[in-house]
Amino acid sequence: MLEIKKRYVIPGDVIIEGNYRPLMNVIKKDNFIIATRIGIAESSKDGIKVIPLSGVYIPRINDIVIGKIVDNSSLSWEVDINACFSAHLPAQDVFGRDFSPAKDDMKKRLAPGDLVTARIITFDRTRDPMLTIQEKDLGKISNGEFLKISSTRVPRLIGKRGSMIQTIEQATQTRILIGQNGILVITGKNDEGIALAFKAIKLVEEEAHTSNLTQKVKDLLNVSEEITQTETNNSSVNNEDYVNNSNPDNNSNNMENDNSSNINTESPKEVQPH
Amino acid sequence: MDQTILIDENGKRTDGRSSDDLRDIKITIGVLKNADGSASIEFGKNKIMVAVYGPREVHPKHMALPDRCVLRCRYHMSPFSTDTRKNPAPSRREVEISKVMREALEPAIMLEDYPRAAIDVFVEVLQADGGSRCAGIAAASVALADAGVNMKDLVSACAAGKINDKIVLDINDIEDKEGSADMPVAYLPNLEQITLLQLDGILDESQFNECLEKAIHGCKMVYEIQRKALIEKYFGNDLPEGEEKELEENKEN
Repeated sequence: MLEIKKRYVIPGDVIIEGNYRPLMNVIKKDNFIIATRIGIAESSKDGIKVIPLSGVYIPRINDIVIGKIVDNSSLSWEVDINACFSAHLPAQDVFGRDFSPAKDDMKKRLAPGDLVTARIITFDRTRDPMLTIQEKDLGKISNGEFLKISSTRVPRLIGKRGSMIQTIEQATQTRILIGQNGILVITGKNDEGIALAFKAIKLVEEEAHTSNLTQKVKDLLNVSEEITQTETNNSSVNNEDYVNNSNPDNNSNNMENDNSSNINTESPKEVQPH
Repeated sequence: MDQTILIDENGKRTDGRSSDDLRDIKITIGVLKNADGSASIEFGKNKIMVAVYGPREVHPKHMALPDRCVLRCRYHMSPFSTDTRKNPAPSRREVEISKVMREALEPAIMLEDYPRAAIDVFVEVLQADGGSRCAGIAAASVALADAGVNMKDLVSACAAGKINDKIVLDINDIEDKEGSADMPVAYLPNLEQITLLQLDGILDESQFNECLEKAIHGCKMVYEIQRKALIEKYFGNDLPEGEEKELEENKEN
Protein backbone atom coordinates (compact mmCIF):
# COMPACT_ATOMS: atom_id res chain seq x y z
CA MET A 1 0.00 0.00 0.00
CA LEU A 2 1.26 3.41 -0.95
CA GLU A 3 1.89 5.66 2.00
CA ILE A 4 1.06 9.33 1.83
CA LYS A 5 2.77 11.47 4.38
CA LYS A 6 1.90 15.15 4.58
CA ARG A 7 1.12 16.17 1.08
CA TYR A 8 -0.21 19.65 0.47
CA VAL A 9 -3.45 19.55 -1.44
CA ILE A 10 -6.06 21.99 -2.69
CA PRO A 11 -9.65 21.14 -3.67
CA GLY A 12 -9.76 18.93 -6.73
CA ASP A 13 -6.32 17.42 -6.32
CA VAL A 14 -6.10 13.70 -6.92
CA ILE A 15 -4.40 12.27 -3.84
CA ILE A 16 -4.10 8.68 -4.96
CA GLU A 17 -5.59 6.15 -7.34
CA GLY A 18 -6.77 2.83 -6.04
CA ASN A 19 -9.19 1.16 -3.70
CA TYR A 20 -8.79 3.27 -0.57
CA ARG A 21 -11.35 4.36 1.94
CA PRO A 22 -12.18 8.08 1.99
CA LEU A 23 -12.16 9.31 5.60
CA MET A 24 -12.25 13.06 6.00
CA ASN A 25 -12.49 15.91 3.51
CA VAL A 26 -11.97 13.62 0.55
CA ILE A 27 -14.32 12.11 -2.02
CA LYS A 28 -14.00 9.03 -4.14
CA LYS A 29 -14.62 9.32 -7.83
CA ASP A 30 -13.91 6.51 -10.29
CA ASN A 31 -11.27 4.92 -8.10
CA PHE A 32 -9.58 8.28 -7.49
CA ILE A 33 -9.38 9.87 -4.06
CA ILE A 34 -9.88 13.62 -4.46
CA ALA A 35 -9.28 16.30 -1.83
CA THR A 36 -12.11 18.72 -1.09
CA ARG A 37 -10.27 21.16 1.16
CA ILE A 38 -6.98 22.99 1.35
CA GLY A 39 -4.88 21.00 3.74
CA ILE A 40 -2.48 18.20 4.41
CA ALA A 41 -3.27 14.78 2.97
CA GLU A 42 -2.39 11.68 4.88
CA SER A 43 -2.99 7.98 4.61
CA SER A 44 -3.39 5.51 7.42
CA LYS A 45 -4.55 1.95 7.82
CA ASP A 46 -8.17 3.08 7.75
CA GLY A 47 -7.99 5.22 4.67
CA ILE A 48 -7.14 8.63 3.28
CA LYS A 49 -7.91 11.97 4.84
CA VAL A 50 -7.12 15.66 4.55
CA ILE A 51 -6.48 17.78 7.61
CA PRO A 52 -8.02 21.13 6.67
CA LEU A 53 -6.22 24.43 7.14
CA SER A 54 -9.23 26.71 6.77
CA GLY A 55 -12.93 26.66 7.37
CA VAL A 56 -15.69 27.60 9.75
CA TYR A 57 -16.70 25.39 12.65
CA ILE A 58 -19.17 22.60 11.87
CA PRO A 59 -20.61 21.03 15.05
CA ARG A 60 -19.82 17.41 15.86
CA ILE A 61 -21.30 15.21 18.54
CA ASN A 62 -19.26 15.15 21.77
CA ASP A 63 -17.36 18.32 20.98
CA ILE A 64 -16.78 20.54 24.00
CA VAL A 65 -17.64 24.05 22.92
CA ILE A 66 -17.83 27.46 24.51
CA GLY A 67 -21.03 29.26 23.65
CA LYS A 68 -22.83 32.47 24.44
CA ILE A 69 -26.40 32.49 25.66
CA VAL A 70 -28.35 34.55 23.14
CA ASP A 71 -31.93 34.13 24.20
CA ASN A 72 -34.27 31.78 25.97
CA SER A 73 -37.68 30.38 25.23
CA SER A 74 -39.82 28.89 27.97
CA LEU A 75 -38.15 25.50 27.55
CA SER A 76 -34.61 26.08 26.35
CA TRP A 77 -31.80 28.55 25.90
CA GLU A 78 -30.49 29.49 22.50
CA VAL A 79 -26.70 29.38 22.44
CA ASP A 80 -24.40 30.91 19.86
CA ILE A 81 -21.60 28.39 19.35
CA ASN A 82 -19.83 30.18 16.50
CA ALA A 83 -21.19 27.77 13.89
CA CYS A 84 -23.72 27.92 11.08
CA PHE A 85 -26.39 26.59 13.44
CA SER A 86 -27.39 28.00 16.80
CA ALA A 87 -27.46 25.39 19.55
CA HIS A 88 -30.15 24.67 22.13
CA LEU A 89 -29.65 23.99 25.79
CA PRO A 90 -32.79 22.46 27.27
CA ALA A 91 -33.99 23.91 30.59
CA GLN A 92 -34.38 20.42 32.04
CA ASP A 93 -30.65 19.99 31.65
CA VAL A 94 -30.05 22.75 34.17
CA PHE A 95 -33.10 22.55 36.47
CA GLY A 96 -33.60 18.79 36.45
CA ARG A 97 -36.59 16.72 35.46
CA ASP A 98 -39.08 18.61 37.61
CA PHE A 99 -38.48 21.85 35.74
CA SER A 100 -41.57 23.96 35.41
CA PRO A 101 -41.60 26.97 33.13
CA ALA A 102 -43.99 28.74 35.48
CA LYS A 103 -41.99 28.23 38.65
CA ASP A 104 -38.35 28.41 37.60
CA ASP A 105 -36.78 31.62 36.36
CA MET A 106 -34.44 30.65 33.57
CA LYS A 107 -32.82 34.08 33.35
CA LYS A 108 -31.62 33.72 36.93
CA ARG A 109 -29.50 30.72 36.07
CA LEU A 110 -28.25 31.76 32.64
CA ALA A 111 -28.92 35.20 31.28
CA PRO A 112 -28.34 36.35 27.71
CA GLY A 113 -24.66 37.20 27.36
CA ASP A 114 -23.41 34.50 29.72
CA LEU A 115 -20.71 32.19 28.46
CA VAL A 116 -21.00 28.44 29.03
CA THR A 117 -18.80 25.45 28.42
CA ALA A 118 -21.01 22.71 27.02
CA ARG A 119 -20.90 19.41 25.25
CA ILE A 120 -22.83 18.72 22.05
CA ILE A 121 -25.05 15.71 22.73
CA THR A 122 -27.00 15.47 19.51
CA PHE A 123 -26.57 16.91 16.08
CA ASP A 124 -27.59 15.23 12.85
CA ARG A 125 -27.87 18.00 10.25
CA THR A 126 -31.66 17.82 10.18
CA ARG A 127 -31.94 19.52 13.54
CA ASP A 128 -29.97 22.13 15.42
CA PRO A 129 -27.33 20.89 17.86
CA MET A 130 -28.39 20.16 21.43
CA LEU A 131 -26.11 20.90 24.36
CA THR A 132 -25.61 19.68 27.91
CA ILE A 133 -23.80 21.31 30.81
CA GLN A 134 -24.51 18.58 33.38
CA GLU A 135 -21.06 17.09 33.43
CA LYS A 136 -17.76 17.58 35.11
CA ASP A 137 -16.00 20.76 33.90
CA LEU A 138 -19.07 22.10 32.11
CA GLY A 139 -21.26 25.05 32.98
CA LYS A 140 -21.19 28.79 33.26
CA ILE A 141 -17.89 30.61 32.94
CA SER A 142 -17.72 33.24 35.65
CA ASN A 143 -14.79 35.36 34.53
CA GLY A 144 -12.03 35.65 31.97
CA GLU A 145 -10.97 37.23 28.73
CA PHE A 146 -12.79 36.19 25.57
CA LEU A 147 -10.90 35.33 22.40
CA LYS A 148 -11.94 33.83 19.07
CA ILE A 149 -9.64 31.89 16.77
CA SER A 150 -10.25 29.73 13.71
CA SER A 151 -11.51 26.30 14.77
CA THR A 152 -8.99 24.64 12.44
CA ARG A 153 -6.23 26.03 14.65
CA VAL A 154 -7.54 24.49 17.87
CA PRO A 155 -5.64 21.16 17.59
CA ARG A 156 -2.46 23.05 16.93
CA LEU A 157 -3.02 25.36 19.87
CA ILE A 158 -3.46 22.38 22.18
CA GLY A 159 -0.44 20.63 20.72
CA LYS A 160 0.69 17.08 21.20
CA ARG A 161 -0.89 15.86 24.43
CA GLY A 162 -1.54 19.45 25.44
CA SER A 163 2.10 20.48 25.13
CA MET A 164 1.53 23.82 23.43
CA ILE A 165 -1.23 25.04 25.69
CA GLN A 166 0.64 23.85 28.75
CA THR A 167 3.69 25.84 27.70
CA ILE A 168 1.62 28.99 27.26
CA GLU A 169 -0.31 28.53 30.50
CA GLN A 170 2.77 27.94 32.58
CA ALA A 171 4.83 30.74 31.11
CA THR A 172 2.08 33.33 31.41
CA GLN A 173 0.51 32.01 34.62
CA THR A 174 -2.89 31.90 33.04
CA ARG A 175 -5.55 29.30 32.53
CA ILE A 176 -7.01 28.88 29.07
CA LEU A 177 -10.33 27.22 28.42
CA ILE A 178 -10.55 25.99 24.85
CA GLY A 179 -13.72 25.17 22.95
CA GLN A 180 -13.50 23.05 19.82
CA ASN A 181 -15.42 25.84 18.10
CA GLY A 182 -12.44 28.17 18.38
CA ILE A 183 -13.64 30.21 21.33
CA LEU A 184 -11.19 30.66 24.18
CA VAL A 185 -11.52 32.11 27.64
CA ILE A 186 -8.34 33.17 29.41
CA THR A 187 -8.14 33.76 33.11
CA GLY A 188 -5.03 34.84 34.93
CA LYS A 189 -3.63 36.50 37.98
CA ASN A 190 -2.29 39.58 36.24
CA ASP A 191 -3.07 41.48 33.06
CA GLU A 192 0.47 41.17 31.72
CA GLY A 193 0.18 37.40 31.74
CA ILE A 194 -3.14 37.52 29.93
CA ALA A 195 -1.79 39.95 27.34
CA LEU A 196 1.19 37.68 26.76
CA ALA A 197 -1.03 34.63 26.40
CA PHE A 198 -3.10 36.59 23.86
CA LYS A 199 0.04 37.27 21.86
CA ALA A 200 1.15 33.66 21.98
CA ILE A 201 -2.26 32.39 20.87
CA LYS A 202 -2.33 34.87 18.00
CA LEU A 203 1.10 33.65 16.95
CA VAL A 204 -0.11 30.06 16.95
CA GLU A 205 -3.16 31.04 14.92
CA GLU A 206 -1.22 32.96 12.30
CA GLU A 207 1.62 30.50 11.91
CA ALA A 208 -0.18 27.22 12.56
CA HIS A 209 1.16 25.63 9.40
CA THR A 210 4.77 26.65 9.92
CA SER A 211 7.52 24.56 11.36
CA ASN A 212 9.02 24.68 14.80
CA LEU A 213 6.09 26.53 16.24
CA THR A 214 6.62 25.37 19.81
CA GLN A 215 10.09 26.93 19.76
CA LYS A 216 8.73 30.18 18.34
CA VAL A 217 6.16 30.35 21.10
CA LYS A 218 8.80 29.60 23.69
CA ASP A 219 10.96 32.39 22.28
CA LEU A 220 8.04 34.80 22.48
CA LEU A 221 7.34 33.82 26.06
CA ASN A 222 11.03 33.75 27.00
CA VAL A 223 10.99 30.26 28.44
CA SER A 224 13.79 27.78 28.53
CA GLU A 225 13.20 24.20 29.60
CA GLU A 226 14.52 24.94 33.08
CA ILE A 227 12.13 27.79 33.81
CA THR A 228 9.21 25.75 32.58
CA GLN A 229 9.91 23.26 35.30
CA THR A 230 9.96 25.79 38.14
CA GLU A 231 6.90 27.59 36.83
CA THR A 232 4.94 24.39 36.88
CA ASN A 233 5.19 24.42 40.62
CA ASN A 234 4.23 28.07 40.86
CA SER A 235 1.18 27.70 38.72
CA SER A 236 -0.18 24.81 40.74
CA VAL A 237 -0.05 27.05 43.80
CA ASN A 238 -1.78 29.81 41.91
CA ASN A 239 -4.47 27.51 40.77
CA GLU A 240 -5.71 27.11 44.28
CA ASP A 241 -6.19 30.86 44.48
CA TYR A 242 -8.52 30.73 41.54
CA VAL A 243 -10.63 28.07 43.13
CA ASN A 244 -11.14 30.23 46.16
CA ASN A 245 -12.04 33.18 43.99
CA SER A 246 -15.03 31.49 42.51
CA ASN A 247 -18.30 33.09 43.36
CA PRO A 248 -20.29 31.21 46.02
CA ASP A 249 -23.58 32.42 44.51
CA ASN A 250 -23.04 30.28 41.50
CA ASN A 251 -23.84 27.07 43.42
CA SER A 252 -23.80 24.35 40.79
CA ASN A 253 -21.47 26.37 38.64
CA ASN A 254 -18.80 26.44 41.29
CA MET A 255 -18.07 22.91 40.40
CA GLU A 256 -17.09 23.94 36.94
CA ASN A 257 -14.58 26.43 38.17
CA ASP A 258 -12.89 24.01 40.52
CA ASN A 259 -12.71 21.33 37.98
CA SER A 260 -11.38 23.50 35.27
CA SER A 261 -8.52 24.54 37.47
CA ASN A 262 -7.69 20.97 38.31
CA ILE A 263 -7.78 19.93 34.76
CA ASN A 264 -5.59 22.64 33.57
CA THR A 265 -2.83 21.92 36.04
CA GLU A 266 -2.79 18.22 35.55
CA SER A 267 -3.85 17.53 32.00
CA PRO A 268 -5.25 20.32 29.89
CA LYS A 269 -6.08 17.93 27.14
CA GLU A 270 -9.13 16.79 29.05
CA VAL A 271 -10.77 20.04 28.16
CA GLN A 272 -11.01 18.83 24.64
CA PRO A 273 -13.27 15.94 23.71
CA HIS A 274 -12.30 12.50 22.63
CA MET B 1 -17.42 46.23 -40.72
CA ASP B 2 -14.40 46.24 -38.43
CA GLN B 3 -12.84 49.64 -38.76
CA THR B 4 -10.51 49.37 -35.83
CA ILE B 5 -7.41 47.30 -36.41
CA LEU B 6 -7.61 44.68 -33.68
CA ILE B 7 -4.78 42.54 -35.03
CA ASP B 8 -1.85 44.24 -36.75
CA GLU B 9 0.32 42.84 -39.53
CA ASN B 10 2.62 41.13 -36.99
CA GLY B 11 -0.31 39.26 -35.47
CA LYS B 12 -0.21 41.41 -32.34
CA ARG B 13 -3.38 42.62 -30.67
CA THR B 14 -4.17 46.10 -29.36
CA ASP B 15 -2.40 45.41 -26.07
CA GLY B 16 0.55 43.64 -27.70
CA ARG B 17 -0.54 40.09 -27.07
CA SER B 18 -0.56 37.33 -29.65
CA SER B 19 -3.72 35.31 -30.26
CA ASP B 20 -2.94 32.68 -27.62
CA ASP B 21 -1.84 34.96 -24.80
CA LEU B 22 -3.66 35.62 -21.56
CA ARG B 23 -3.47 38.98 -19.92
CA ASP B 24 -1.35 39.18 -16.77
CA ILE B 25 -3.17 37.60 -13.83
CA LYS B 26 -2.42 38.19 -10.20
CA ILE B 27 -4.44 36.62 -7.38
CA THR B 28 -4.11 37.64 -3.74
CA ILE B 29 -5.86 35.59 -1.06
CA GLY B 30 -7.17 36.70 2.30
CA VAL B 31 -7.54 40.39 1.50
CA LEU B 32 -10.62 40.94 3.68
CA LYS B 33 -10.33 40.36 7.40
CA ASN B 34 -14.00 39.99 8.25
CA ALA B 35 -14.90 37.54 5.50
CA ASP B 36 -14.52 33.79 5.99
CA GLY B 37 -12.69 33.64 2.69
CA SER B 38 -11.60 36.33 0.27
CA ALA B 39 -9.52 36.92 -2.81
CA SER B 40 -8.69 39.76 -5.14
CA ILE B 41 -7.78 39.25 -8.75
CA GLU B 42 -6.10 41.47 -11.28
CA PHE B 43 -6.95 40.11 -14.69
CA GLY B 44 -5.27 42.52 -17.07
CA LYS B 45 -6.91 45.82 -16.21
CA ASN B 46 -9.77 44.13 -14.36
CA LYS B 47 -9.61 44.54 -10.61
CA ILE B 48 -12.09 42.42 -8.69
CA MET B 49 -12.53 41.66 -5.03
CA VAL B 50 -14.46 38.63 -3.79
CA ALA B 51 -15.73 37.92 -0.29
CA VAL B 52 -17.17 34.58 0.82
CA TYR B 53 -19.22 34.22 3.98
CA GLY B 54 -20.33 30.90 5.30
CA PRO B 55 -21.56 28.30 5.58
CA ARG B 56 -23.74 30.40 7.85
CA GLU B 57 -27.32 30.66 9.02
CA VAL B 58 -29.82 31.54 6.33
CA HIS B 59 -31.71 34.79 6.65
CA PRO B 60 -34.57 34.98 5.79
CA LYS B 61 -35.10 31.52 7.23
CA HIS B 62 -37.66 30.40 4.65
CA MET B 63 -34.93 30.38 2.01
CA ALA B 64 -33.13 27.48 3.70
CA LEU B 65 -33.28 24.10 2.02
CA PRO B 66 -33.61 20.98 4.15
CA ASP B 67 -31.22 18.83 2.14
CA ARG B 68 -28.55 21.21 0.96
CA CYS B 69 -26.94 24.58 1.25
CA VAL B 70 -28.10 27.63 -0.65
CA LEU B 71 -25.46 29.44 -2.65
CA ARG B 72 -26.08 33.13 -3.10
CA CYS B 73 -24.00 35.18 -5.49
CA ARG B 74 -23.87 38.89 -6.03
CA TYR B 75 -21.94 40.37 -8.90
CA HIS B 76 -21.71 44.11 -8.66
CA MET B 77 -19.84 46.78 -10.55
CA SER B 78 -18.71 49.80 -8.60
CA PRO B 79 -19.86 53.15 -9.99
CA PHE B 80 -16.22 54.06 -10.67
CA SER B 81 -15.34 50.81 -12.43
CA THR B 82 -16.13 52.06 -15.96
CA ASP B 83 -15.26 55.23 -17.93
CA THR B 84 -18.72 56.73 -17.53
CA ARG B 85 -20.25 56.41 -14.10
CA LYS B 86 -22.29 53.29 -13.67
CA ASN B 87 -25.48 53.49 -11.69
CA PRO B 88 -24.85 51.45 -8.54
CA ALA B 89 -28.31 49.87 -8.66
CA PRO B 90 -28.16 46.28 -9.92
CA SER B 91 -28.70 46.36 -13.67
CA ARG B 92 -30.23 43.68 -15.87
CA ARG B 93 -26.72 42.61 -16.82
CA GLU B 94 -25.54 42.29 -13.23
CA VAL B 95 -28.53 40.22 -12.21
CA GLU B 96 -27.82 37.89 -15.11
CA ILE B 97 -24.13 37.59 -14.32
CA SER B 98 -24.93 36.89 -10.68
CA LYS B 99 -27.10 34.01 -11.82
CA VAL B 100 -24.66 32.49 -14.29
CA MET B 101 -21.87 32.88 -11.78
CA ARG B 102 -23.87 30.97 -9.17
CA GLU B 103 -24.57 28.25 -11.69
CA ALA B 104 -20.91 28.10 -12.67
CA LEU B 105 -19.79 27.66 -9.06
CA GLU B 106 -22.57 25.36 -7.82
CA PRO B 107 -21.35 22.13 -9.49
CA ALA B 108 -17.97 22.44 -7.77
CA ILE B 109 -19.29 23.02 -4.27
CA MET B 110 -20.50 20.09 -2.17
CA LEU B 111 -23.69 21.85 -1.15
CA GLU B 112 -25.19 18.69 0.35
CA ASP B 113 -22.52 18.84 3.09
CA TYR B 114 -24.12 21.90 4.64
CA PRO B 115 -27.89 21.43 4.78
CA ARG B 116 -30.00 24.35 6.03
CA ALA B 117 -27.07 26.75 5.68
CA ALA B 118 -26.10 29.41 3.18
CA ILE B 119 -22.90 30.41 1.46
CA ASP B 120 -22.74 34.00 0.28
CA VAL B 121 -20.39 35.11 -2.45
CA PHE B 122 -19.94 38.82 -3.10
CA VAL B 123 -18.08 39.80 -6.25
CA GLU B 124 -17.26 43.47 -6.47
CA VAL B 125 -15.75 44.80 -9.68
CA LEU B 126 -13.52 47.75 -8.86
CA GLN B 127 -12.21 48.25 -12.37
CA ALA B 128 -13.68 46.62 -15.47
CA ASP B 129 -11.92 45.77 -18.70
CA GLY B 130 -13.87 43.00 -20.40
CA GLY B 131 -14.05 39.42 -19.20
CA SER B 132 -14.94 40.44 -15.69
CA ARG B 133 -17.37 37.54 -15.21
CA CYS B 134 -14.58 35.06 -15.92
CA ALA B 135 -12.19 36.84 -13.63
CA GLY B 136 -14.92 37.00 -11.00
CA ILE B 137 -15.59 33.27 -11.19
CA ALA B 138 -11.88 32.44 -10.96
CA ALA B 139 -11.47 34.67 -7.92
CA ALA B 140 -14.69 33.42 -6.31
CA SER B 141 -13.59 29.82 -6.49
CA VAL B 142 -10.27 30.68 -4.85
CA ALA B 143 -12.12 32.63 -2.14
CA LEU B 144 -14.42 29.63 -1.56
CA ALA B 145 -11.41 27.37 -1.13
CA ASP B 146 -9.96 29.94 1.27
CA ALA B 147 -13.21 29.88 3.25
CA GLY B 148 -12.79 26.13 3.68
CA VAL B 149 -15.93 25.13 1.83
CA ASN B 150 -15.88 21.51 0.63
CA MET B 151 -15.31 21.55 -3.12
CA LYS B 152 -14.94 18.82 -5.70
CA ASP B 153 -12.70 21.02 -7.80
CA LEU B 154 -11.67 24.61 -8.32
CA VAL B 155 -13.49 26.53 -11.02
CA SER B 156 -11.35 28.23 -13.63
CA ALA B 157 -12.75 30.61 -16.18
CA CYS B 158 -11.53 32.28 -19.31
CA ALA B 159 -13.05 33.75 -22.45
CA ALA B 160 -12.18 33.30 -26.09
CA GLY B 161 -13.65 35.07 -29.09
CA LYS B 162 -13.44 36.12 -32.69
CA ILE B 163 -11.84 39.36 -33.80
CA ASN B 164 -11.09 40.22 -37.43
CA ASP B 165 -12.21 36.67 -38.31
CA LYS B 166 -9.55 35.16 -36.13
CA ILE B 167 -10.17 33.13 -32.96
CA VAL B 168 -8.23 34.58 -30.05
CA LEU B 169 -7.93 33.90 -26.34
CA ASP B 170 -9.02 36.21 -23.52
CA ILE B 171 -10.98 39.05 -25.07
CA ASN B 172 -10.44 42.49 -23.53
CA ASP B 173 -12.82 45.44 -23.49
CA ILE B 174 -12.03 46.87 -26.95
CA GLU B 175 -12.03 43.45 -28.56
CA ASP B 176 -15.34 42.71 -26.89
CA LYS B 177 -16.91 45.88 -28.28
CA GLU B 178 -15.33 45.88 -31.75
CA GLY B 179 -14.92 42.15 -32.25
CA SER B 180 -17.52 39.79 -33.63
CA ALA B 181 -17.83 37.06 -30.95
CA ASP B 182 -17.17 36.61 -27.25
CA MET B 183 -17.39 33.25 -25.49
CA PRO B 184 -16.86 33.06 -21.72
CA VAL B 185 -16.25 29.55 -20.41
CA ALA B 186 -15.96 28.24 -16.84
CA TYR B 187 -14.35 24.87 -16.44
CA LEU B 188 -13.56 22.31 -13.75
CA PRO B 189 -10.00 21.42 -14.72
CA ASN B 190 -9.67 18.14 -12.83
CA LEU B 191 -13.15 16.82 -13.52
CA GLU B 192 -13.02 18.16 -17.10
CA GLN B 193 -16.50 19.62 -16.96
CA ILE B 194 -17.82 22.87 -18.38
CA THR B 195 -19.98 24.82 -15.93
CA LEU B 196 -20.50 28.00 -17.93
CA LEU B 197 -20.66 28.52 -21.65
CA GLN B 198 -22.07 31.68 -23.12
CA LEU B 199 -21.69 33.01 -26.61
CA ASP B 200 -22.33 36.50 -27.85
CA GLY B 201 -21.84 36.67 -31.63
CA ILE B 202 -21.94 34.29 -34.55
CA LEU B 203 -19.52 31.41 -35.13
CA ASP B 204 -19.71 28.52 -37.54
CA GLU B 205 -19.15 25.00 -36.32
CA SER B 206 -15.41 24.81 -36.85
CA GLN B 207 -14.93 28.27 -35.35
CA PHE B 208 -17.04 27.28 -32.38
CA ASN B 209 -14.95 24.19 -31.73
CA GLU B 210 -11.72 26.12 -32.10
CA CYS B 211 -13.01 28.83 -29.80
CA LEU B 212 -14.13 26.38 -27.12
CA GLU B 213 -10.86 24.50 -27.27
CA LYS B 214 -8.95 27.72 -26.90
CA ALA B 215 -11.08 28.86 -23.97
CA ILE B 216 -10.57 25.54 -22.18
CA HIS B 217 -6.86 25.82 -22.76
CA GLY B 218 -7.04 29.31 -21.24
CA CYS B 219 -8.95 27.93 -18.24
CA LYS B 220 -6.16 25.45 -17.61
CA MET B 221 -3.63 28.28 -17.62
CA VAL B 222 -5.81 30.24 -15.18
CA TYR B 223 -6.03 27.12 -12.99
CA GLU B 224 -2.26 26.99 -12.64
CA ILE B 225 -2.27 30.60 -11.41
CA GLN B 226 -5.11 29.90 -8.95
CA ARG B 227 -3.30 26.85 -7.69
CA LYS B 228 -0.05 28.70 -7.23
CA ALA B 229 -1.79 31.48 -5.31
CA LEU B 230 -3.43 29.00 -2.92
CA ILE B 231 -0.29 26.94 -2.34
CA GLU B 232 1.74 30.08 -1.72
CA LYS B 233 -0.77 31.43 0.77
CA TYR B 234 -1.15 28.23 2.76
CA PHE B 235 2.15 26.42 2.38
CA GLY B 236 4.53 29.33 1.85
CA ASN B 237 6.93 28.01 4.43
CA ASP B 238 7.57 24.33 4.33
CA LEU B 239 6.61 22.09 7.22
CA PRO B 240 9.30 19.73 8.37
CA GLU B 241 8.31 16.22 9.38
CA GLY B 242 6.92 15.57 12.81
CA GLU B 243 5.18 18.92 13.24
CA GLU B 244 2.10 18.03 11.31
CA LYS B 245 1.84 14.75 13.20
CA GLU B 246 0.79 16.81 16.19
CA LEU B 247 -2.00 18.20 14.09
CA GLU B 248 -3.15 14.80 13.08
CA GLU B 249 -3.11 13.30 16.53
CA ASN B 250 -5.22 16.05 17.93
CA LYS B 251 -7.72 15.81 15.16
CA GLU B 252 -8.27 12.18 16.00
CA ASN B 253 -9.03 12.81 19.66
